[in-house]
This record gives sequence, C-alpha cells and structure tokens, in this order.
Amino acid sequence: MQSVAELARAEASQRGAEAITVIRLRVGSLAGVDPEALRFAAEVVLAGGLTAGARLEIEPVPARAWCLPCTALFSLEQGLCRCPRCGTVSADLRQGRELVLASLELRLPAPAEPGNDGPVGWP
Amino acid sequence: MCLDCACGRPDQAPERLEPPHRHPATATEQPAPIAPGAVKPSAAAGPAVATGPLQSLSVGLRLLAHNDRQAEANRARFAAAGVKVVNILSAPGSGKTALLEALARHAAAAAQPLAMAVLVGDLATELDAERLRAAGLPAMPITTGQACHLEAAMVARGVDALEAAGHGLAGLDLLLIENVGNLVCPAAYDLGEDLRLVLLAVSEGEDKPLKYPATFHGADAVVISKSDLAEAVDFAREQALANIQAVAPAARVLEVSARSGAGIEGLLQLLR
Repeated sequence: MQSVAELARAEASQRGAEAITVIRLRVGSLAGVDPEALRFAAEVVLAGGLTAGARLEIEPVPARAWCLPCTALFSLEQGLCRCPRCGTVSADLRQGRELVLASLELRLPAPAEPGNDGPVGWP
Repeated sequence: MCLDCACGRPDQAPERLEPPHRHPATATEQPAPIAPGAVKPSAAAGPAVATGPLQSLSVGLRLLAHNDRQAEANRARFAAAGVKVVNILSAPGSGKTALLEALARHAAAAAQPLAMAVLVGDLATELDAERLRAAGLPAMPITTGQACHLEAAMVARGVDALEAAGHGLAGLDLLLIENVGNLVCPAAYDLGEDLRLVLLAVSEGEDKPLKYPATFHGADAVVISKSDLAEAVDFAREQALANIQAVAPAARVLEVSARSGAGIEGLLQLLR
C-alpha cells in the first residue's frame, strides 16, 4: 500500500491537485494479493497528505486464459488452468496477475473568483 | 503489506502475458491526459465553500514498478557477468538449504566445474549461510528483519556483499537465491532471476499447489523434495503431479532427495 500512496500522491501533486478523492486499483485474482488485506492496510498508509479522505475502489480482475481447441477465453476457477468446456489445460494466461493503480479522481484548486480580472468598463 | 507486480496494459485488450518475473519492465506507463470536457464541476460547490473541480485521471502504473526496475538492473548486471541466477521459493522447512548442500556436493564431484554462490534470505539468524559455507559454497545472508520476502534491492546489496568478500560475479557460473520460507509474498517480487524454482516437500501434501495457485503458476520448475520420505508420509504422487499441472501447466517437474541424492544430477543439468 505504501507504493499506492506514493504513486497517487506523486501523480496528484504533479497536476497541482488539492486532494485525491478516489483511488482505483485493479487487482488480478492471481496477483497473490487479497483485496481486503489491501484495503485494511490502506486505512493506515493513505491517511494524511493528498490521499487523506480518498475512497479506495478495488476492481478485481478475474484470471482468464486462452483455450486453443475452443478458440475462446475461459475463467480460471481458483487458479485452475483447465478449460471448463473441454478440459484442456492452458498455459496461456491473458489476464489475472495485474496489480495496477488504474486511475485517480483529483480535486483541483478552485478557479479564481469571477470579476477579479474581468474586462474593464463592464457594469 | 506485500504487493504483486502487474503485467499487461490496463486499457488494451488482454494480450499474451509473459510470466511476471521475466516481463520487461516498462517502469512507468505514460498516464493518459483527460480530454478537457471530462473536468466536471464539484457537486458540492456553493458560494461560501470554494471547492475546486474534480478531474478523472487515467494512471495505469504498476504498483511494483520500482522493484521491477531494480530487477531489470539486476538482470542486466548478471547477464553482463555471464551468471545464471535462480530464485528458490518454498514454504518454511521444505528443504531449500539441504538441497543447496546436496547440489554443492554433486557439483564439486562433477567432471565439469560449476562455480556457485548463494544468497540466503531469512528474517533472523545467519544459520543457513553458515551451513552452506561449511558445505563449501560462498554464501551471504540477507537478514530481512520483518520483511517476509526478498526484493530486488536486497539482492543487489547481497551481490555487492559477495563481491566485497571476494566472490565477484565474474568468477561465478551460478548464483542461487534461497528466498525467505513463505509460499505467499515472495512470489510477487521479481529479483532479476533467470529461473524460478518452487519447492514442494512430499511431507507437505499433494494439495499444496491448489492452495497456492499464484505462487506455483509463476514457477519455471516445481521441485518435489524429500522424495525419500514419500512412502512414509503416504505422498499421493499422481495426484500431486496432476495438481501441479492444473495450476502450473508450463512448469517442469523434478523429484529429488537431498539425502539420497536422487534427482540431484537432473536438477544440476537444469541449472547449468
């Protein structure tokens, strides 16, 4: 979670954000990370700085492999690489090991008050 | 908290994935700027509270990019020195150190020399490194303190320590990394290795691979250890092989006994 906080804060400050409101992660089912454990750690590490108060959204990415005989993707049940349709074992994993900071929602600074630099001469 | 690395790019259709520890690190992926129309005014805005607009930002950064960059630096350093590097993972007590001792004995007796050194990760003690030195192997401990896994930066420092002790990479054929005994967290971290072995002792049971699919899936080879005990523990060999195949279809499987020497020669051939 430390790297999530560091990456998020770096991206936000690079864009002059005042705060991060949402942090979206993508966690593959074969990434070796439990999303709830991640969330638990998040409470500690994200507190403070630009990430304080950010809502953490974790999108689970199911593990999917390509079955050659079926010419289609199948979802791996609990990491088993056997195609449920035809039983062929596939080593061709296409998704499921992701651990990505996918996106952020940032709060930018409020714009300048209208009228401060309005055109001269208007009523 | 341990995190895995990510392969594949977030906004493209799923493409063929390399095993994570050999995926070339793209370090950071350029965040895509949002089109101007995507900036939306804050719903809570009122004249008294000057809250700014909200902006959605697509990021797409792998959480372990930092480790992966170091792993690639390690990889380049090993390649430049012509050293093959092996990362050995297993649960505690599966026989990693004993296996390394057996490899040392067999390599010393072999006609073709094989200059080996070992980095040993443990939370505490340098006992394993001492055992391996006693077996004739240059060994450097990496004492992690609280960390339950090795990371690429620790390996880089371990190699520096080996060099400082007079065991430079230039004089080595093979560097073995005995990871911290743990079937969960070490799997996430690319150390810059060429080969990843996962050990499974017969005493652990045939369903272990099913319980740790992510770790076994990342193995180049699964080494079934303590094979001399198979009968004593009623090891269901055929079921174990089927389970390994089910979660790690691309992995080679070897069966060894450090005590009897069975399969050690075959393992040495794989490591050469």
